Amino acid sequence: MTLPPHLAANPLLSRWLHVADDGTVTLRTGKVELGQGILTALALLAADELDVGPGRVRVAAASTELGPDEGPTAGSMSVADSGLAVRHACASARRLFLAAAAAQLGTDDLTVREGIISSAAGRGRTSYGELARDVDLDVDADPDDVPKTAGDRRLTGEALGRLDLPDKVTGQPRYLADLVLPGQLWGRVVRPPSPAATLKIADVEGVRALAGVYAVVRDGSFLGVVADDEHDADRAAAQLRRHATWDEQQSLPDEDDLAGYLRDGPTTEFTVVDDPGTPEGVAQRFAASYSRPFLAHASIAPSCGLARWDGDEVRVWSHSQNIFGLRLATAQALRIDAERVVVEHVESAGAYGHNGADDAAFDAVLLARAVPGRPVQVRWSRQDELTWSPFGSAQVVDLGAGVDAAGRIVEWTCDIWSQGHTARPGYAGTPGLLAAAHLADPHPLPAPVDPPAERGAGSARGAVPTYDLPVRRIRGHRRTEVALRTSSLRSLGAFTNVFAIESFVDELAIATGADPLDYRLSHLSDERGRAVLEAVAKKAGWADRARGGDLGTGIAVARYKKGGWCAVVAEVEAVADVRLRRLVVAVEVGHVVHADGVRNQVEGGAVQAASWTLKERVRFDRCRVTSVDWETYPVLRFSEVPQVEVVLLDRPDLPSVGAGEVAQGPVSAAIGNALAEAVGVRMRDLPLTAERVVAALEG
Amino acid sequence: MSGTTSYELTVNGRAVEVQADDDTSLLHVLRHELALAGPRFGCGVGLCGACFVLLEGKPTPACDTPMWAAASKRVVTVEGFANGDVLHPVQQAFLDEQAAQCGFCVSGVLVSAVALLADNPQPDESAVLAALDRNLCRCGVQRRMVAAVLRAASSEEQP
Repeated sequence: MTLPPHLAANPLLSRWLHVADDGTVTLRTGKVELGQGILTALALLAADELDVGPGRVRVAAASTELGPDEGPTAGSMSVADSGLAVRHACASARRLFLAAAAAQLGTDDLTVREGIISSAAGRGRTSYGELARDVDLDVDADPDDVPKTAGDRRLTGEALGRLDLPDKVTGQPRYLADLVLPGQLWGRVVRPPSPAATLKIADVEGVRALAGVYAVVRDGSFLGVVADDEHDADRAAAQLRRHATWDEQQSLPDEDDLAGYLRDGPTTEFTVVDDPGTPEGVAQRFAASYSRPFLAHASIAPSCGLARWDGDEVRVWSHSQNIFGLRLATAQALRIDAERVVVEHVESAGAYGHNGADDAAFDAVLLARAVPGRPVQVRWSRQDELTWSPFGSAQVVDLGAGVDAAGRIVEWTCDIWSQGHTARPGYAGTPGLLAAAHLADPHPLPAPVDPPAERGAGSARGAVPTYDLPVRRIRGHRRTEVALRTSSLRSLGAFTNVFAIESFVDELAIATGADPLDYRLSHLSDERGRAVLEAVAKKAGWADRARGGDLGTGIAVARYKKGGWCAVVAEVEAVADVRLRRLVVAVEVGHVVHADGVRNQVEGGAVQAASWTLKERVRFDRCRVTSVDWETYPVLRFSEVPQVEVVLLDRPDLPSVGAGEVAQGPVSAAIGNALAEAVGVRMRDLPLTAERVVAALEG
Repeated sequence: MSGTTSYELTVNGRAVEVQADDDTSLLHVLRHELALAGPRFGCGVGLCGACFVLLEGKPTPACDTPMWAAASKRVVTVEGFANGDVLHPVQQAFLDEQAAQCGFCVSGVLVSAVALLADNPQPDESAVLAALDRNLCRCGVQRRMVAAVLRAASSEEQP
């Protein structure tokens, strides 16, 4: 036997688990809560493996000092990777406790229930709590320990309430912006007005003289202030901004010709699939291009960071998705040893990829350096959050198909044009921290790249259709000089690729006179894919679907990475506006650990994907990003959110895979397909706004 | 900078007096002077609803309300909804429906929901959607929140 990879990398049990005298188990993983409920899912797994009540498991915040390094919390891998490690670590701990109990009770015929260890023959009992002082968890996990099999688990799959929600419905301090340490000060950064701007003149002395101001920091184009409270910090930052002079550049492309910008390059070319052979029996060829614009994370909370310097060491509190990566990037940016940096995770609002969390943390590090020993909290403004967090890349997908006389697809071509989808701190060998790029001695931001194919790819994620296609040629063209910083946003390139594939397949079905569901099924032999398609069609009443008048119904299906399957039916009404009435989503993500958690993730992912599809587009002129607030970057509102029905197909025989990203692509394509049926015109460029429908109808 | 004034107001049923600059926001005073973290900072200009409080019973963005506009008024934050350990029916319904993901918008959504139910104890779905339309939720939990408000309304029917 071998240890699961994350446990092999962090084998010491005490990094994962602590058992207190009262029997409370503290679980500390390397995964972080992003609003997705991961900590509840992992606590459930631990409780089940140890046979303690779920209420006895506490989950401690991830820490580079105390906890295991599990890399980033991203890519829908947490339950799969961390879950395996937690189960195995708990199996090892359980064995150690049972051995101690056997020594004490003089029998090894023992059962465990609710943390009580009892002799089956009535020779007495003990508990995890009573044995806590006798059992040394400063030992490595044993590869030979075997976690429970699916049939032995009692808690998994059960709909249990999220552990973090009671605090959240009563307004308790839980988020990083709520954390106030002794002696804390507040910082603000005055960001450049545009991506390529450089600072010429700043009134450092004048602002330093203001009441409540502790420090003004200027280093190159990095400009910030530290004050005794948020109000004074805001006021000082406003004055700094008012009197700062910047040299701005027309560095941005034409927002109405993103396809031209992406195609112009320079690009790195890569092949995703190049099947041998030539297509046979092509009777007709089709081609079309699809696109999405740049998208913003648009988290409800602006990014926040907190840091304190003690001597030559710095401690950082961050809502980063990757605290170990942030630690390394911080050390690299400061040109100090990583041993001098500690990062602890504290929750903030939902994260849907690489947002501004790491950048805000590094802002705090830079400002706190000016006030040694004092913690400094930096909270971004809404405008900074929308304009300086990395964006999800714009992307263009050119598709072509050869169809035989029976309407079958016999040839498939695909060309993807995009910026890279990953620029996480440290990823490209440079810090990748925003402020570090603005310093007088800068670490420039690296051009975004893509994760390797074995980790799910980036621009090409989701680009290989799940259909049975005999000859496929799929290529990527990644732009290497970027005007806007991009990084990972929920599902990376899969959103656009699936929108394109599933729109195009719909067009092929219609062109060949086939029903869109039947056409998909006739090209799909994978039984898991067929199962979600059939389930969604049944639940949505596909055979008797709403159509005609201003109504349209669309369907789409995709597999996310090598993980879960998702099929969606959307109902759209197009009268004065594009009105999404209903989404039916069928999902299969293997073995379901926390059923309501999966439903919640799928519903939320579907609504967010609907928002991207119908409304979202980062706007800019040739110099500045002009999507600066909720009026210039509108997202879906309560009155616009569709009914969402989720059908969850549980497969206890298959490994658990993530659910947070499966719905993104299929939702967008199902909406596009429904809209095409409703208005009779195919919309291939996102977002699908009423203005664009009108323009398409008139064009 | 000068211009500090003494303000009296009622927060969650308690009379309080605070010193603040005239242009200080109600949100700043609640979070920093009164240690009430429930109202969250989201945008600073009243467009997202994360900082909503009840000001004289009406959902109001605290970030965009200067202290002079809150003087002598009654303010209720999400911390003021529970009766001791007993949650307000809407809070309980949010737990029952698991109506949150990151939860950052929840304080403000609850404020809008409580105001709605005080005004209209039996709202239909369209009334709930209209009442919550000034609140943004980025995680996409809107439908669960609507279901929770409707559940709270129906639970209040029974004594």
